Amino acid sequence: MTIGLGHYLAVGAILFTVGILGIFLNRKNIIVILMSIELILLAVNINLVAFSAYLHDVTGQIFAMIVLTVAAAEAAVGLAILVTFFRNRGDIAVDDASVMKG
Amino acid sequence: MILPALFFYLFAGVCVASAVMVIVSRNPVHSVLFLILAFVNAAGLFVLMGAELLAMILIVVYVGAVAVLFLFVIMMLDVDFTELREGFIEYLPIGLVIGGVFLAELLLVGGGWVISPNVAKSITAAIPANVSNTQALGLVLYTKYIHYFQIAGLVLLVAMIGAIVLTLRHKASVKRQDINVQNARTPELAMSIRKVASGQGLQEADAAEWVQ
Repeated sequence: MTIGLGHYLAVGAILFTVGILGIFLNRKNIIVILMSIELILLAVNINLVAFSAYLHDVTGQIFAMIVLTVAAAEAAVGLAILVTFFRNRGDIAVDDASVMKG
Repeated sequence: MILPALFFYLFAGVCVASAVMVIVSRNPVHSVLFLILAFVNAAGLFVLMGAELLAMILIVVYVGAVAVLFLFVIMMLDVDFTELREGFIEYLPIGLVIGGVFLAELLLVGGGWVISPNVAKSITAAIPANVSNTQALGLVLYTKYIHYFQIAGLVLLVAMIGAIVLTLRHKASVKRQDINVQNARTPELAMSIRKVASGQGLQEADAAEWVQ
């Protein structure tokens, strides 16, 4: 019944998989894709903190903090790109955005 | 003894369930609210693991900033979200296959994983005893990992400038002061001297040239 490292790693793995699944299921909805990326980064954070607690090493928590910083920056820039995209095209259907395809 | 296990299953269960609701719910606003729920429960897991500072940062940064940012953007954009869900069923099989393969791989790695005895020697910053989590983090964050800390600040600065540059919009209808244009103005550009015949006033041709 004791909760060990494996339990937390399992939660992290399930969250990561849900995030991957979310990217596939909502191919057209870029807002949900961004949220799925946040879920994936959360899973990574859970793994880092679990190992940090297991090994009594504070480095994992420092890394989790840096991952958090990058996740916040990514969300801000991603949503800014989304707003600009919406202004230019009038919708956010990303599968129509194939200008770069050539 | 049973209480931590109970709370672990509570937090983990709600976290995973709300993560699933994030990706399947029809309304993106509900997705954001479930994302908030997932993050709050993940913060609970962090508290169980003894990382109190990260748990509070997770709530402040994600629930307080990122999720509200998502909410603002969703409510600001006037988008028909039902048509964005069209391919949902179509992509479900391939998504389930890839997700299943991913989960199987991760669980296999997790199940067959053993910790090397050498790991104990390679611990870089052991958590000191009799010190709170926040203090333990602060003791290494500002000394040993000061460069990582500053690079994180740089990342935030670049992201801030990027977001501002991307969304800033100058409207042509709004008049703005341009100091360079003002300073470059000379008397020749600004005014002209005309001889006006007595009793006739300015002629049409003069006026058109005069109003610049």
